[in-house]
Amino acid sequence: MMGSSRVNSGQKAQLEVRTEGKTLVLVLSGNWLLRLDRPIFDSVQAALNETSISSLRLEGAQIGEWDTALLLFVRKCHDLATARKLHYITSDLPAGVQQMVDLSLAVPEAEATPPVKQSNWFVHVGERTLAAFAGFSRYCDFIGRLCLDILSFVRGGSQLRKRDFLALLQATGSQALGIVSLLSFLMGLIVAFVGVVQLQKFGADIYVADLVGIAMTRELAAVMLGVIMAGRTGAAFAAQIGSMRVNEEVDALTCFGISPMQFLVVPRVFALILKMPVLCVCADVVSIFGGMVVAVGISDVSVIQYMNQIQEAVALNDFWVGIFKSVVFGIIVAVAGCYRGLNCGKDASAVGLAATSAVVTGITWLVVADAIFAVAFQIIGI
Amino acid sequence: MAQQTDKITVKHLTMAYGDYIVMNDLNFTVRTGEIKVLMGGSGCGKSTLLKHLIGLVSASKGEIYYGAERFDPQSESIERIRRRFGVLFQAGALWSSMTVAQNVALPLQEYTTLGAAEIRDIVEFKLSLVGLAGFGHRYPSELSGGMQKRAGLARAIALDPEILFFDEPSAGLDPLSSRRLDDLILQLRDALGATVIIVTHELASIFAIADSALFLDVKTKRAICDGNPHDLIKNSDTPPDVQDFLLRKSAH
Repeated sequence: MMGSSRVNSGQKAQLEVRTEGKTLVLVLSGNWLLRLDRPIFDSVQAALNETSISSLRLEGAQIGEWDTALLLFVRKCHDLATARKLHYITSDLPAGVQQMVDLSLAVPEAEATPPVKQSNWFVHVGERTLAAFAGFSRYCDFIGRLCLDILSFVRGGSQLRKRDFLALLQATGSQALGIVSLLSFLMGLIVAFVGVVQLQKFGADIYVADLVGIAMTRELAAVMLGVIMAGRTGAAFAAQIGSMRVNEEVDALTCFGISPMQFLVVPRVFALILKMPVLCVCADVVSIFGGMVVAVGISDVSVIQYMNQIQEAVALNDFWVGIFKSVVFGIIVAVAGCYRGLNCGKDASAVGLAATSAVVTGITWLVVADAIFAVAFQIIGI
Repeated sequence: MAQQTDKITVKHLTMAYGDYIVMNDLNFTVRTGEIKVLMGGSGCGKSTLLKHLIGLVSASKGEIYYGAERFDPQSESIERIRRRFGVLFQAGALWSSMTVAQNVALPLQEYTTLGAAEIRDIVEFKLSLVGLAGFGHRYPSELSGGMQKRAGLARAIALDPEILFFDEPSAGLDPLSSRRLDDLILQLRDALGATVIIVTHELASIFAIADSALFLDVKTKRAICDGNPHDLIKNSDTPPDVQDFLLRKSAH
């Protein structure tokens, strides 16, 4: 509430409109508060449409309590008088009112920026296509610079900060172990269950070991690990680097001549390159164990039979293929996360957007890469 | 028009983060319509005191009263008391995903039953009060630092608050912008009859607008001085640390 009561008026806001010669007189009274009913401004406008009026006078001696509601009304009267070139007089308005209205008039309204041109459908498609190409070339640029930075690191031109790097290894490796183990176990369980039910029809229960072993080591463990890491670590990278960008921390790095690539991206990529194979081995082992639980539990395969069959079925090649894929997926996830983070916009919602697109691009490229690998390994025969 | 009553009363307030005590046993009052400055060196707990006053942090000891009502972040009355506040945060704290106009409109939409057209009028008027008429459609990231602060001020006064809190309003502004903001605060106080509490260590602001100033001493962890800054530099019984602070002298 702004103005306290000067006159003893408990009544609601009222507006009396009368004409005195060529002057339109507005007598305001009562409590002009936003939460109460007030006269609408249109009545003034209607009264002004009589052409003979040449001045507008506001009388406010009977105004009780007031807040922004009164200010709005007075300002509108002022604007209307200015627009119609009327002589504008006020009398007995409460002390603060004129002051506030003057204050609101002190700075002229900024020139409206021209409205965004409505582009037609073709222009839209064209612009989007160009933007997509530009985005692709930026991506290539990013990957190129990353390769150079990694090269310079390998040659000993730069160093990783040990403490930060260890913290990253912890965050991406051991802290992910729980969720990776749980999901791999369940994955092994599911694959084995689906397989056992089918294989039992042919009395071929024992081949569930082949199914679980090959599917998990060669394909599923790595893909699932990649998806988990995209959601867990890729999003974290994007959000962290993105908010560093919003806080101008990335600019600060650049100003000290420290390349954000060297400082932020390279350690994250290396952390995932080192940790993904380890996690992948863990996922392989745990998922085979998960399959065993089902195989032993619902069919009459014994633990020893299952293990022997796994040894028979899974070649070392399959295992290496999975590990190799996991490394590539790790790079994809780290690059997607860091790229989105470094290209983040300047506000809080941009950070969310960066995290989202890091996960989406990470998973998309991961699946694309997996498809390419499937064909390529088939051709070279491993 | 405003009666000279105590708007805010702080009794034996001790502020602490865990075991670390920031300030001990603060006692002061803020009168209705007064501009009170909380001053002191960096890290003395000015902003922490402000957070206690607006209820973002609970006091570890002592009480804060608004009028006769106890203000306690745990109690139910806090939302009702808080609705009488307007707070301008240090960097404006505008919601970055909304335009300036939407920022100012949000409290009006949440706490009043006004129609959309009326809210639009009020928003435009509040923005014109802080000199930002016509900037409503911009996003906070498209404004300069000073404009963001003024937009924050427009949002703070959206609901016609009785008490305005400012956290370092002139930090990061050029002298002219900071002077204009000071004038604006004074004019708003005069016109609205609002009570104003400002955290600052800008001497120019302190002398220009403060009715009274509370000095928080980082060494003794107590408020060692409370009074009009112009009187404080004249009086001989003002603690030397406060005089040094106000006169920008280095410690003897």
